[in-house]
Amino acid sequence: MTLPQARGFVSAMANAGTKNRPLSPHLQIWKWGPHMFVSILHRVTGDGMAFAGLAVLLWWLGALAGGPASYATFTWAMTTPIGYLVLVGISWAFFSHMASGIRHFFLDVGAGFELQANRLWSILCPVLGVVLTVAFWALLLLR
Amino acid sequence: MGNGTSIGRVRGLGSAKGGVHHWLLQRFTAIGNLLSVLFLIVSLVLLPDYSYGTMVEWIARPVPAVAMILLVVTTFWHARLGLQVLVEDYLHDHANKFAAIAALNLAACGGIAFGVFCIVRIALGAHA
Repeated sequence: MTLPQARGFVSAMANAGTKNRPLSPHLQIWKWGPHMFVSILHRVTGDGMAFAGLAVLLWWLGALAGGPASYATFTWAMTTPIGYLVLVGISWAFFSHMASGIRHFFLDVGAGFELQANRLWSILCPVLGVVLTVAFWALLLLR
Repeated sequence: MGNGTSIGRVRGLGSAKGGVHHWLLQRFTAIGNLLSVLFLIVSLVLLPDYSYGTMVEWIARPVPAVAMILLVVTTFWHARLGLQVLVEDYLHDHANKFAAIAALNLAACGGIAFGVFCIVRIALGAHA
């Protein structure tokens, strides 16, 4: 082997495995299933609450600590149509995230991976989130 | 990361070594969230009204005050861990990722400090 040949060989070895490797298939090639939806919903509701939910929580605590005038501003904002939309949205995000989060606890111990069981709970978790949200607001508004 | 030897090309690309710790803390704080937020939800359902006087009288009591302090700590911690995963999944540039994680840590610590301070202020009667 000549020196240029040897250099080419070493270079090829260094790049081995970095070109034309098979890529992991991405979202668009999969047939959609409820397990994919519940996974994405878990992330969206969680990260949504991290911004909107915690902001409202701090506003509520800050308004209470600030005195009656600041609390009046908070309650005015939260009882506007947009305010109710935000509060209902946060409560829905919480109950949905709670349902899919408890599903994660079962998956963590290795349960619920059978196709039928996985499909069933992937459908039930978002449904449970909506049902609990309706029940919560019914309790608040109808008492 | 060099492009010479095999070891040079893969160095720094392996696991971060803290993954299990992050994963476990996400679960521990999830349990904390479950308990503390359900405490808040049940309390809101049981409270007679949401006037200033009623809310302050409720949150100033020892058990609700401590529960709300724990709620602020556990939810912000959990959110910080969750948003870190979001940053790591969608920000691929090292500098942007570092800046986002740094901002996230500041926001989470600031949120916890503000929330806990507000509750302590109400509970110790310094409000209004």
